[in-house]
Amino acid sequence: MAEVAGELLTTADGRPLKAALQAAQARARRRAFLLVLPLLLFVLLTFLVPIGYMLKRSFEHDGFASSAPALVAWFAENPDFDPANPPEEAFAALVSDLARMQVEKTTGVAGTRINYSVPGTISLFKGGARVAADLQPPYKEALLAVDPAWGRPALWRGMESASHVYTPEFYLVASDHKLTDAGWARGAENERIYLYLFGKTFLVSALITLICLALAFPVAHLLATLPLAKSSLLMILVLLPFWTSLLVRTTSWIVLLQEQGVVNNVLVALGLIDNSGRLAMMYNMTGTVVAMTHVLLPFMILPLYSVMRVIPPSYARAARSLGATSWTTFRRVYLPQTLPGIAAGSLLVFILAVGYYITPALVGGADGQLISNLIAFHMSKSNWSLAAAIAAMLLVSILLLYWLYDRLIGIDRLKFG
Amino acid sequence: MALPTYASPLERVWYYTYLVICALIFLFLIAPILVILPLSFNAEPYFTFTEKMLTFDPEGYSLRWYDALLTLGHPTADAPRDAAWWSTAWERATWIRAAKNSFWIGIWATILATTLGTIAALGLSRPEMPYRRLIMALLISPMIVPIIIIAVGMSFFFAKACVAPDSAMGAIFGMFLSEKGCLANSHLGVIMAHAVLGIPFVIITVTATLSGFDQSLIRAAHSLGANPRTTFFKVIMPLILPGVISGALFAFVTSFDEVVAVLFIAGPDQQTIPRQMFNGIREAISPAILAVATILVVISVLLLASVELLRRRSDRLRGVTGR
Repeated sequence: MAEVAGELLTTADGRPLKAALQAAQARARRRAFLLVLPLLLFVLLTFLVPIGYMLKRSFEHDGFASSAPALVAWFAENPDFDPANPPEEAFAALVSDLARMQVEKTTGVAGTRINYSVPGTISLFKGGARVAADLQPPYKEALLAVDPAWGRPALWRGMESASHVYTPEFYLVASDHKLTDAGWARGAENERIYLYLFGKTFLVSALITLICLALAFPVAHLLATLPLAKSSLLMILVLLPFWTSLLVRTTSWIVLLQEQGVVNNVLVALGLIDNSGRLAMMYNMTGTVVAMTHVLLPFMILPLYSVMRVIPPSYARAARSLGATSWTTFRRVYLPQTLPGIAAGSLLVFILAVGYYITPALVGGADGQLISNLIAFHMSKSNWSLAAAIAAMLLVSILLLYWLYDRLIGIDRLKFG
Repeated sequence: MALPTYASPLERVWYYTYLVICALIFLFLIAPILVILPLSFNAEPYFTFTEKMLTFDPEGYSLRWYDALLTLGHPTADAPRDAAWWSTAWERATWIRAAKNSFWIGIWATILATTLGTIAALGLSRPEMPYRRLIMALLISPMIVPIIIIAVGMSFFFAKACVAPDSAMGAIFGMFLSEKGCLANSHLGVIMAHAVLGIPFVIITVTATLSGFDQSLIRAAHSLGANPRTTFFKVIMPLILPGVISGALFAFVTSFDEVVAVLFIAGPDQQTIPRQMFNGIREAISPAILAVATILVVISVLLLASVELLRRRSDRLRGVTGR
């Protein structure tokens, strides 16, 4: 049937074909989306909302704002006050708030809030609140007589900042800044614990990734080149640790590596080390690296294996027949073809290593702790906003890596076993 | 890689070195799991092989640490073991309670993750799915985002996610929530958290199975008069079932092994095996932990075997030969 010029193609019931097709496609899209919708709602409720809530908490702390109403009101009226020399009214408001805190037992909460940016203020607040009810005007002289620290500009800056419920302060604290008399400044070199631990976490993760790559490469190559029956058997040795409980594997490493453990006993029995010179391989960084390498190794072997399996052996044979040495063949022909597997495995292992918590917590001792353990530490000390801020910083770096993984490899290619 | 006939002597030496290196790496992978099996039968409270164990003296071995799993937390542990003793053990023994909690939470989390995940995977593998890449990235992210971040977020949110126990909502949902009517410290909270963590595994395995699925089978079913329900249960489901079951097993293992979320959002009534182990390793490590570990290794061997069998069956159904 030839199309008449200018006339639209229509369906049997007279609708334009283009519109009918679009309607059908929209219906199909809606149907596909409806299938995914229940899961999306579930993930929204139990995953996205909690993380969003955590991000909100990283900006939010009302410990001081809710327990010092007079001072909050005064700060709101006098935004341009001089922190180096606050007037008498400010001190009057402070003393009345301190007296109130003593009655309502909120001194600890308020002091903790200021303590994040100006260390050492909890005891100052407790001391001030105890005597606040007995102080007589002029309050400025009276309070400074109790403790001259009440006149510190850093303290007044800190209280002004804490009078707002929402603040970016926790991110400053989590990147090793603190409030000095002149304003926010980076802490001294030896006090930069947070960024140091971030750096250490990334370095240790990179080290573990490299060790995993070095161990996984020969194994994956062997598995990919052996006949299927043999490689299936050996594959069990890779998959069994993968399926075994993380806590079981961590326990076994404690059993193997601790001072009275199997490895040390064997070394002593063989006479390689002295009984008094047993190696300290557990409850330090060595323990963390060994146990994490063991836990993450399958995540490197499996992607490498799936790439190596499909590399035709004829390429290597062709290179050899053209006169390349075995080293040149490996370096110029085989290795470049395994790069996708190397990238996939390395990124996955690195991402998983950066966020690791359980293994360092159990075998790391004091020296082998990573950034996740610091988050857990602050959670256990009820420093929720600070924990949330560190977690948010970790989250951003993980999401960047995840985005990179999706760009380079594509999440569709993620597979197990 | 068999050695080619033209290999030089140096290459021969290197080839055998390479095999030895591989053997050592396999040893590294498997030795930690193997070493705890005999040690869990140790007659002494040590974590290393005693002389009697090394000479295979039967006195060096015992089941005392397995017995400890029954008696820890048992109010009358030394009483004669009659029916009443066993029923008390079933109710009160710490490890048995933890095991019951772990299984309950694991089973419900698996059901939730597998049902929602399979339906979503069906939608995601349709070619007309909008924003496929973005949604996929979101659904996989619980596996990528560090568990500590998820646990911190949940501990904030679940403590606020409450209903008043005396309200209408409280009357309906109260039995699933904690005494205060919150998701925190409740079984439901832990089940939801574990379901979210298991979902990526279900999505990955089921979409992988569906990628080999012939979409024209659905059209064939429709053209033969089957309605969507019949098509799903009689045509789609039997073909993707191996993928669904292995996804479910992954989800179950994830829940069964999960400890961080439990540490942050669960109360004392949700003590699970991993949490009990975590506390045990942190505080006073006893060889009873090794007995639990051995039992868990046996469970994971069984799970691994089922997944392998399922994968072979699935490959056969899809006409894929070899691996």
